[in-house]
Amino acid sequence: MSDLTRLTAVETATAIAARDVSAVEVAQAHLDRIAAVDGAVHAFLHVDADGALAQAKRVDAGELSGPLAGVPLALKDVIVTKGVPTTVGSRILEGWVPPYDATVSERLKAAGVVVLGKTNMDEFAMGSSTEHSAYGPTRNPWDLTRIPGGSGGGSSAAVAAYEAPLAIGTDTGGSIRQPAAVTGTVGVKPTYGGVSRYGLVAFSSSLDQAGPCARTVLDAALLHEAVGGHDPRDSTSIDAPVPPVVEAARRQDVRGLRVAVVKELSGEGYEPGVQERFDEAVALLQELGATVTEVSCPHFRFALPAYYLIAPSEASSNLARFDSVRYGLRVGDDGVNSLEDVMSRTRAQGFGAEVKRRIILGTYALSSGYYDAYYGQAQKVRTLITRDFTAAFETADVLVSPAAPTVAFPLGAKLDDPLAMYRQDLATIPSNLYGGPAMSLPVGLSEGLPVGLQVMAPTMRDDLLYQVGGALEAALHDRWGGPLLASAPELEV
Amino acid sequence: MPEITREEVAHLARLSRLALDETELDGLAAQLDVILGAVAQISEATDAADVPPTTHAVPVENVHRPDVVTPSLPREDVLAGAPAAEEGRFRVPRILDEEA
Repeated sequence: MSDLTRLTAVETATAIAARDVSAVEVAQAHLDRIAAVDGAVHAFLHVDADGALAQAKRVDAGELSGPLAGVPLALKDVIVTKGVPTTVGSRILEGWVPPYDATVSERLKAAGVVVLGKTNMDEFAMGSSTEHSAYGPTRNPWDLTRIPGGSGGGSSAAVAAYEAPLAIGTDTGGSIRQPAAVTGTVGVKPTYGGVSRYGLVAFSSSLDQAGPCARTVLDAALLHEAVGGHDPRDSTSIDAPVPPVVEAARRQDVRGLRVAVVKELSGEGYEPGVQERFDEAVALLQELGATVTEVSCPHFRFALPAYYLIAPSEASSNLARFDSVRYGLRVGDDGVNSLEDVMSRTRAQGFGAEVKRRIILGTYALSSGYYDAYYGQAQKVRTLITRDFTAAFETADVLVSPAAPTVAFPLGAKLDDPLAMYRQDLATIPSNLYGGPAMSLPVGLSEGLPVGLQVMAPTMRDDLLYQVGGALEAALHDRWGGPLLASAPELEV
Repeated sequence: MPEITREEVAHLARLSRLALDETELDGLAAQLDVILGAVAQISEATDAADVPPTTHAVPVENVHRPDVVTPSLPREDVLAGAPAAEEGRFRVPRILDEEA
């Protein structure tokens, strides 16, 4: 194994800038690592070796520079990439090559980041295990018989398996944070509107948000800064500077910071081992000088039902664009079948079971006669959840909870029970409904598997996540004698 | 408790343009009943009655972009991803009956 794959993004960029190593060597080391381990992990749906090496050459030629120049990255396959296949984990877009770049893709290129390829995901980002990918599941590098979380399991597994120091994920109900939690990596959902959605294949437009995955808090901050900020091509993009996340990640000081544990995000459904690691990490924050209290957010118990009405409703509308006309699959176009028949056959064949389930659920929730009781009520509950957050932030700077209720479960364990799968998002969904930023970072092991702690902050205070995360990470590394990932079993190469 | 029939699922599938087979319809009816039973808890949030709905996390209104002409994607690049194209256009299946 090459040492280059073990470096953080900051170390990699520094070494390249100092000409201790070339960007091409770094890219090649990661391509070699992918070739060696991705047969077992299956984090990637498409590896773009030519594109990666060409971009690395541009960095080495001095055409591109910046704090992440030459650093390799794995991009979730929901972000469109000009000239590089984008499938969203679905058969309906198999073989589609986008004619344009997402804003995130454009900004990565401009920053000199080397995109290695596209990562596996639950189809259309609907799932919590990556088992709903039409191209087969990704496996957790900590234990190949277990799930890497979802929907961004490919991105988190790529980072955990040293296939890339950085990845981009998207988080609609927890798809960055829950995978980060179960793979022992760092994942951040920025404030809604903080990172452009232009070129992000839409699942639930009022909730979808792209963000960074990394092995350290500081690396995540640098990536956050590189892709964040206003984009006139996304009308929901916030027209304000990116919060000072990098500076906050470096601060390493939480003295006087008010941290509140959310009472409703514990207890039933949360594994005892997860709860123990969480409690220890909270105690550590207190030792570091933070004041810790408990806060009640009484409407959080309605977050899961509200989400599973709002997200499928928006999805049923968004996915109407897959009509077999402009891109992707077309089935049954024999000159006799009508447009409607062809459309219906294409969608039935191109979408997987979970996507169909959610389209039907969303269509039901939006039907006349049910609208007020389901979708309308869910939107009102969304207001109540936002008010819970606002009230909590009057007495606390950040809220904390376990990021996922369980450690990584075995592949197949929840596939036949959609509700059990949905409950993986218990702790992450409230921040999506509210719109505020949230982070998961590793705080220890339970049953030999990683546990994540979630930090939630007010909208546009993403810097607070990094301040808490950076300080906690440093204290934990001191305690462990290094990062948690160092204790992961070596993958057979 | 919601009770969703197979016929209702078939109707929703038609509305959603999903040509589901018999097995899928049976499976979905059973699953949706369970899922709807769980999400129906939302009705227990009785204090939601007089609350305005939230449609979007961050309030934004009337976002305009400058009225500047920018180049569109080249036609051939866009059509290259289409399942069928003809004479520089998307080719669609028959949309009218022959008699119509």
